[in-house]
Amino acid sequence: MSNYCPVIGLEIHCQLATKTKMFCGCEIEVNTTPNKHVCPVCLGMPGAMPVPNKKAVEYAIRLGLALNCEIDLNAMWTRKNYFYPDLPKGYQITQTGGLPVYDHPICKNGWLEIVKEDGTKKRVGITRIHMEEDAGKLIHDMSPTESHFDANRCGTPLCEIVTEPDIRSPEEAVLVLKKIKQTLEYTRVSNANMENGNMRCDGNISLRKSEDAPFGIRAEIKNLNSFTNLEKALYCEMNLQASTLDAGKEVEQCTKRYDPNADKTIVIRSKEDAHDYKYFPEPDMVRLVTDPAFVEEIRRTLPELPDARRKRFMDDFGVSEYDAMVLTEDRDVSEWYDTAAKNCKNGKVLANWVITELLAKVKELEGGLSALKIKPEDLCKLVNLIADNTINGKIAKTVFAEMFETGKDPEAIVKEKGLVQVTDTGAIEEVVRAVCAENAAQFAEFKAGKVALKGFLVGMTMRKSGGKANPGLVNQILDKLAKE
Amino acid sequence: METIKNLSAKLASGETSAVALAQDSLAKIEATKNLNAYISVLNERALAKAAESDKRRAEGKSLGVLDGIPVAVKDNMCLEGTRTTAASKILDNFVAPYTATAIEKLEAAGAVIVGKTNMDEFAMGSSSETSYYGPVKNPLDETRVPGGSSGGSAVAVASGTVACALGSDTGGSIRQPAACTGVVGLKPTYGRVSRYGLLAYASSLDQIGPFGTTVADCATLLNAICGIDPHDNTTSTREPEDFGAKLDAGVKGKVIGVPKEYFADGLDPECKAAIENMLKKMEAEGATLKEVSLPHIGFAVSSYYIIATAEASSNLSRYDGVRYGYRSKEARKLFDLYAKSRSEGFGKEVQRRILLGSYVLSAGFYDAYYVQAQKVRRLITDDFNKAFESVDVIASPTMPGLPLKCGMNESDPMAVYLSDIYTVSLNLSGLPGVSVPCGMAGGLPVGLQWIGKPFQETDLLSVAAATEKLAK
Repeated sequence: MSNYCPVIGLEIHCQLATKTKMFCGCEIEVNTTPNKHVCPVCLGMPGAMPVPNKKAVEYAIRLGLALNCEIDLNAMWTRKNYFYPDLPKGYQITQTGGLPVYDHPICKNGWLEIVKEDGTKKRVGITRIHMEEDAGKLIHDMSPTESHFDANRCGTPLCEIVTEPDIRSPEEAVLVLKKIKQTLEYTRVSNANMENGNMRCDGNISLRKSEDAPFGIRAEIKNLNSFTNLEKALYCEMNLQASTLDAGKEVEQCTKRYDPNADKTIVIRSKEDAHDYKYFPEPDMVRLVTDPAFVEEIRRTLPELPDARRKRFMDDFGVSEYDAMVLTEDRDVSEWYDTAAKNCKNGKVLANWVITELLAKVKELEGGLSALKIKPEDLCKLVNLIADNTINGKIAKTVFAEMFETGKDPEAIVKEKGLVQVTDTGAIEEVVRAVCAENAAQFAEFKAGKVALKGFLVGMTMRKSGGKANPGLVNQILDKLAKE
Repeated sequence: METIKNLSAKLASGETSAVALAQDSLAKIEATKNLNAYISVLNERALAKAAESDKRRAEGKSLGVLDGIPVAVKDNMCLEGTRTTAASKILDNFVAPYTATAIEKLEAAGAVIVGKTNMDEFAMGSSSETSYYGPVKNPLDETRVPGGSSGGSAVAVASGTVACALGSDTGGSIRQPAACTGVVGLKPTYGRVSRYGLLAYASSLDQIGPFGTTVADCATLLNAICGIDPHDNTTSTREPEDFGAKLDAGVKGKVIGVPKEYFADGLDPECKAAIENMLKKMEAEGATLKEVSLPHIGFAVSSYYIIATAEASSNLSRYDGVRYGYRSKEARKLFDLYAKSRSEGFGKEVQRRILLGSYVLSAGFYDAYYVQAQKVRRLITDDFNKAFESVDVIASPTMPGLPLKCGMNESDPMAVYLSDIYTVSLNLSGLPGVSVPCGMAGGLPVGLQWIGKPFQETDLLSVAAATEKLAK
């Protein structure tokens, strides 16, 4: 197969975390009695009219600002016309225009930054973010002959984020999607949960011979609902397009889906079957006029965003860039660490504990971080106990295990179990001398220069002290005895 | 014929009661059944509401001039618990689950809704002949149409079943039937009255407005129904005013614009004479006539039919047989459910307009039709703005001639479309307009259409009231 350069762009739909729907006052609630939250507006009753939800607009602007977008103070609503039984009005209210004159999404021309595995940073453009309404749900398993309709989801506010075709590999695509998910979480604009579908991703991909060649013909892969599937689907489509091009054929523009079991992309619609959505300006609403002061107020109250937090962790707590990235990937984790680090004597050690010990354990928990018994302040104390030489690293692991089980204060555990590290040189020397006497042959060999036996003797001493001896002191004393 | 003013005075003096008025109205509806002006008559509901009105009055808590007055409303406005059909088979069994804001306001003012009036199906027509429930008859001449689409509301007033009624106007649907039946019909400025609960035909053009036997009654109804509505994002934030405040002001000192394009070819000579005669009388009263030009007005009808049908094709998508309304029993597959329900449920004219609208919005034709029509719309609005720089109000015929003969919608739909020639431009530009009888032609009343500046209904009605006086 020849080498091709992929060109990738993403379209991400996310559900906004408002209490009520986009164009009516109905509550948003999932997994409840079908058609519990409906009204003439979201049911598309004759004569009912949409009125924009100000909170949803605020969320979209907040997201736009977080992704460095320009805010259109005179945005436009449009209609996307198509028939489907889950779409009550026969059209979806959106902000895509078809023609430039009718294309005024609330946010446009933004960017985000990803940090690649090799540490290099890359900017990816955000073409636009627009608002739209979700459709309802059809239920096919209630009757063998009829389909049922649940309108609870009808009119739920969505944002569609469209990136520029700036992405050059499936790995980068995953980083972009992660960054968007992270931004949605940090801004609290959406729950951004991919498993339950409140965030969905479509990937557009085409190939070309070289970085400076014009873009090739693209395929759009719909509904990639995990990072893994996004990466796999893009690779899969890349290979398929490469072999098509190698065979001297043209890639056909089409819409596809990805079957993860077969690891195949499957055509849903060819270009000829593409819908004509007949977009036109929504005449039931005036243009969405936004007061610049409202935008400034949102800008002023934007929460700390991932990039800023990453930098602060590095500057304030001495964490490496890589660790800072891991710590800030998830908003809740970053907040947990932030609380713990506040009074911590060694932010770097704390970061290690969070990344290697805590996160591994959290994975085992059913409720994740929220089910964790350890309080951030307590992990801070544990790290401080190590920093103070009150306990050593090994004992700390025992204490941590107990904290995880019981949620107890580490100081109390250390006190209760008498785990305070022995730093009294005299006391340790006594133990070391006893160990050397008990293992006279090994000690003799060590003394004769077999350095490898030092570890054995340290280990024996630690065991004899019940782990409480300061390992550094044990080493020093052994060296001293060897010279005697 | 009665007026709100008279009826209200009789109620206040105790000469009659709301129940008696409702009974009288219901009896007249029954007696004029042959005119087919009503689709639903709300006997029980009306009598109950009338009784409530009488009770209020007895307790000294009358809600004002409309309390106890029987009113008819066009059957494309939702009234909770009552059938709302838009004169279409597709909604034959539809009972509205909520009430339109305009009706809600009327009822809040004490008005008694006696019935839902017949109309062109989904307000698509200018003859009130496309109704699933059969054509509305013109009481003045049964061989001629009563105009449309709000023909039922116009006839309800003209035949004396009610003193006033609500209609909706997308391209002339209030003014034109008012002219055909010799009553007064007002289309307010776009955004003046909430459209919430009005079954949309063309959202950017639709506006609810009143019919009455007098200009004063139209002002009274508009006072009751206007205002910003949190349910309608397109309503204007302008403060309501008393639209009847200047009814006796006369026309002295007014500058009346007379568009040269409106009084050229295509206007029936007898109608033209009636209107010019009225304008002369106004001149004698101290008004100044000034010729103005609306250079793009010749494109109004084509622009209107593109925008209106484009919006209609989308607005009517919700009638799909899935959640409510007519569903074909033949359908086995999803596509058939749509195709059959809509083919069987919509009448010919509605299907014609949905097809036309879908066509002008399709890829490849969009630029040539929809985008172009929107440009024309802008130009026509600019024409009016320019004309209004030098005049207070503009005079125009409401219709090019006498009401059309029955049956032309079938034989010559183009002629019917062209009968909107003087009215559609107001919907395109959002301007208020009122049709007032100004004289006679061929034994039938001739409507004079006054066009006002945006949100200047008070001044507009002032000129209309002067016309009314001079026509007597």
